Amino acid sequence: MQSAVIVFPASNCDRDAATALEKVTGRKPLMVWHEETTLPKVDFVVIPGGFSYGDYLRSGAIAARSPIVRDIVKKAGDGLPVAGFCNGFQILTEAGLLPGALMRNKGLRFVCRPQKLQIVNGDTMFTKAYKGITEVTYPIAHFDGNYYADNDTLRELRKSGRIVFKYIDNPNGSLNDIAGICNEAGNVLGMMPHPERAVDPLICDSGRGGTDGIALFKSVLEAVR
Amino acid sequence: MKKVKITPEVVAEHGLSEKEYEIICDRLGRAPNITELGIFSVMWSEHCSYKSSRRHLKKMLTKGKRVIQGPGENAGVIDIDDGDAIIFKMESHNHPSYIEPFQGAATGVGGIMRDVFTMGARPIANLNALRFGEPSHPKTKSLVAGVVHGIGAYGNCVGVPTVGGETNFHRGYNDNILVNAMCVGHAKQDKVFYSAAKGVGNPIFYVGSKTGRDGIHGATMASAEFDDDSDAKRPTVQVGDPFTEKLLIEACMELMATDAIIAIQDMGAAGLTSSSIEMADKGGVGVKMNLDKVPQRETGMTPYEMMLSESQERMLMVLQPGKEHIAIEIFEKWDLDVAEVGITTDTGHLVLTHKSKTVCDIPIAPLGDDAPNLNRPYDPPKDLDVLYNDQIMDPVTRGTSYNAVVTTLITSPDIASKRWIWEQYDRSVMGDTVDSSNSGGDAAIVRIHGTNKAVAITTDCTPRYVTADAFEGGKQAVAETYRNLCSVGAEPIAITDCLNFGNPERKDVMGQFVRSIEGIDAACRALDYPVVSGNVSLYNETNGQAIPPTPAIGGVGLIKDLERFATLKGAKEGEHLVLLGKTDGWLGASLYAHLILGHAKSEAPLYAPPPVDLEAEKTAGTYVRRLIRDRRVSSVHDLSDGGLALAAIEMAFANGFGFELKGSADVPLYAWLFGEDQGRYLVSVEENSLNPVISTARTLNIPAQKVGTIGGSRLIATGGFDLSLQDTHMEYESWLPDYMAD
Repeated sequence: MQSAVIVFPASNCDRDAATALEKVTGRKPLMVWHEETTLPKVDFVVIPGGFSYGDYLRSGAIAARSPIVRDIVKKAGDGLPVAGFCNGFQILTEAGLLPGALMRNKGLRFVCRPQKLQIVNGDTMFTKAYKGITEVTYPIAHFDGNYYADNDTLRELRKSGRIVFKYIDNPNGSLNDIAGICNEAGNVLGMMPHPERAVDPLICDSGRGGTDGIALFKSVLEAVR
Repeated sequence: MKKVKITPEVVAEHGLSEKEYEIICDRLGRAPNITELGIFSVMWSEHCSYKSSRRHLKKMLTKGKRVIQGPGENAGVIDIDDGDAIIFKMESHNHPSYIEPFQGAATGVGGIMRDVFTMGARPIANLNALRFGEPSHPKTKSLVAGVVHGIGAYGNCVGVPTVGGETNFHRGYNDNILVNAMCVGHAKQDKVFYSAAKGVGNPIFYVGSKTGRDGIHGATMASAEFDDDSDAKRPTVQVGDPFTEKLLIEACMELMATDAIIAIQDMGAAGLTSSSIEMADKGGVGVKMNLDKVPQRETGMTPYEMMLSESQERMLMVLQPGKEHIAIEIFEKWDLDVAEVGITTDTGHLVLTHKSKTVCDIPIAPLGDDAPNLNRPYDPPKDLDVLYNDQIMDPVTRGTSYNAVVTTLITSPDIASKRWIWEQYDRSVMGDTVDSSNSGGDAAIVRIHGTNKAVAITTDCTPRYVTADAFEGGKQAVAETYRNLCSVGAEPIAITDCLNFGNPERKDVMGQFVRSIEGIDAACRALDYPVVSGNVSLYNETNGQAIPPTPAIGGVGLIKDLERFATLKGAKEGEHLVLLGKTDGWLGASLYAHLILGHAKSEAPLYAPPPVDLEAEKTAGTYVRRLIRDRRVSSVHDLSDGGLALAAIEMAFANGFGFELKGSADVPLYAWLFGEDQGRYLVSVEENSLNPVISTARTLNIPAQKVGTIGGSRLIATGGFDLSLQDTHMEYESWLPDYMAD
C-alpha cells in the first residue's frame, strides 16, 4: 500500500504519522506539501495533527482551503481512503468531508493523556482488524476536541453506524462522547485521539502497552489490498 | 528624528556608571550617539556581560570526556556516541513571566528552543522548573494558570514534547516567580553549527519574523524622548508566535542540511545588537549592516529601536558567498522574511547605516574585552546548627498521628501531584517519549529517533536546602540530578545551570551566589559531571526582599540500550523493597521539619540541611546503574523530599500495590521514615535477587537493607502509619485541581 501524509505549515505529527505508516505498511509514505494541487497516486491519505497555519482563525479553517485539500475532497468523493487525526479531524470538518465541528475543550485547557476509547463500529475499513476488541487506548493531545453537531446530524451518525470511536470518561465535553466519526461512504475517518502515537510498546506515554493503534493502520492495509 | 543629547541622566537611564561612560568615550575617542550608547548599555548589562558573575563562573568544571562544546556558545554540546550529539541549555524568563505570565512563559520556551536549534539540533524535549509564591497569595493562582498555559501553548504548537520539570510554592517567590525553561535537542556531530562569523566579505542574512518595537527594555523612556513619532510606550514583554517558530525550525533544518551556512545565531536578549556583535567578536571580523534592509513590522523605527528590539523568532546568519539563493528559496517556501542586511568586514568595527547615514561606528573588541568584570564583596552565609533527633519528639507524643503526618506531607503543595500542570503539555508528540511526568518518575526518557538509545533528562533544586546552606544546597542540586539519572539507568553526562538569585549588590545575596557555585562545582568535579551551558538571573527581588536562592540544575544522561532501563513502574506483588545508602535520619531543613515541626514559619532558616557525601553518591549511583543493567531490580526511585516514606508511597502510586515497611532499631521511626539523608535509592527486587543485591552492595561499602515488602492495597509502616492506597492517592491527586478550581 502506498500512503501519503499531507504537510501543512506547522503540522507537527507528520513524522509520527509517517513512522506509523512505514511500520505497518513497510513502505515510506509520500510527504505531500500543502501547496501541491494534485495528490500523487496513492491508496491512503493521512492528514496529520498539529497546528496548521498556527490554528489562526479557527483550528483547521485555513488548511481546509489549501490547494491540496481541494484535491483530497474530490478524490475522497471517488472513494479514496482518508484519515484525519487531531488537527486532521478539524481540517476534515472544516473542509466539509465530515459533519460537525470541534470546539474548545469544556475545561478550557489543553489536555494530553492516555485515553480509553470504545470502538463503537468495528466493521469499518479503519477498525476491522481489531477483530472484536472494543476497548483501546490512544494518547490524546488537543485544545479543540469538543465535538459538536446538531441533533439531526447526531441521530443520523448514530443510526448509520458512523460513530466509530467514543470516549470512555469524556475528556473534552464532546456530544455523545464522540471521539471519531466517518463519512457516509465509510472511506473518510476523523478522530481527535492519536492512533499513530500508539504503535510502539516502548512508548509508555501512549498508555497501556502502547500498540493499540497498529490495528487501525492494518485495517486500512487489508481493506485496500 | 530629533537628535538626542547624551546627558548624565540619559547615561544613568541606560544603567551605565560614570566610569563606564568614560571608558566608552575613551575607546571611541568621542562621545557616543544614542544608538551607540544603547548598544554599549545592553552589551554591558548584567544579562549580557555577566559582570557580577563572570569571575565566579570561570572557576567551574566545563570539560569532560563527552563534552564537545562547553559554555560560551548558544548551548552546550555533548557526545552520545555513534556520531550523535545532544545540545541543551536552561534559561530563566522570570521577570517577564511575573508581569505577563502567558507571554512571558511562552517566549521563555521559544527563546530556549532557538538557542538549541540555532546550533543545528532538532529540539526533542522541553522541561521547565517553576517556582511560585505561596498558594494563599492572591496572585499565585492566576500566575500558575498563565505560566502553564503559556508553556503549553508554545511547546504544543511547535510540536516538541514537554516531558518534565518541577514546581515549588513558597512565600519567598510571592512577588518574583521563577520560570526556568530547558530545551534538549539532537544533532549529528558533524552538523553542529557555531556562531563565529569567520571570513571577510561574507553576506549577513536576517531571517524569521519582522522587527517591531516589542521588548525594548528599560529604554522606552529614552525612546519616547528622541522619537516624536512614537505615540505610545510599548510593553517591554515580548510577544511570541509559536507558529513562526515552528516554520523557523523547519526552514533552518532544511538550510542546515546544505553547506550554505558559515555561522548562525538567534536573536535573543538585546536582539540584533548582541547577535551581530557576538558573531563578529567570535569570528574576529567587523560587521557592516544597512538597517533599511531589516524587515520591520512598524513604520518609523529608529536605529536605536531596531538594534534593541527583542522581537521573537528571528535569526542572524552569515552565508557562504554564492549560496544566498539557497537560503532565500527555503525561507520563502516557509513564508518567512529573509533579507541580506550586511557583510562581514576587516575593520573590526560595527558600522550601521540608516537612510544613507552612518548611525553607529564602534570598535567591537572593547564591547567584550572592556565589559565590566566586577568583584562584588560578599559575606558567606553562616553555618547553621545540626538538628539532632533527640531534640525532637515522636509525632504521637506531639499529639499527631503518623497517618496525619503522611497526609500533610502528601497533600503539601510541593509534593502533591502536578497532573493539573503536565496534562496541559503535549508529552507524546514526536513519538519517542518513553517516560515523562506521566509516571511520576525520576527523569524523563526520550528516545533518539530511529535508534535504540535514549537521553534521560531531569531538573532539580531544593531551595529549602540552599537557603539553609548555599554550599551544601548547590552540591545537593547537582547530586539530585545525578541520582535521578542513575535511577533510570542513565550514565550522567553533563548539566546546565540556571542560577536565580537576588540583588548581587547585597553582600549576603552575593555570598549565597558564590557559595552555591562553589557547591555546584564541588559536585561536578567529584561526579565527573561538568556544566556545559547555563544562565544567571540576578535582581530577583521586590522591595528589598530577595527570593530564596535557587540554582536550578538540568541534568542529561545517556541510556545506551533501551532494553535496560528502569522507572518507578515495574514492581510486582510479593517483591522486596531494599534501601541503598546510609540512613541517619537527618531531619534538619527537611520537609518534615518544615511542615510538621513548623520550621517553615521561621523567617530565617533554622537548621543545617543534609550534607552530601559525594564519594558515596558516586558509588551508590554507579551500583544502581549496574543493578539496572543486570536486570536485578524491577523498579527504582531516589529518595528526596519526605525521605523513605514518600519514596515508597510514590512507588506504590506508580505500581498500584501497597507495601509494608519495617523500621530499624538504630534510628527513631519518624526520622527513619522522613529523614532526608542524601545519596539513597529505594529499589524493588524479587526474592532470589534479594541476597545478592544486598551482599554486593555491602562489599562496595554501600549500606543496604531490606526495608519492606510490596503488596496489598494499604500503605503500612509498622508502628507508624496505615493508610489506604486508593484514598491517599486520591488526596495526592486532588490538591492542585482543587486549588485551581476554587
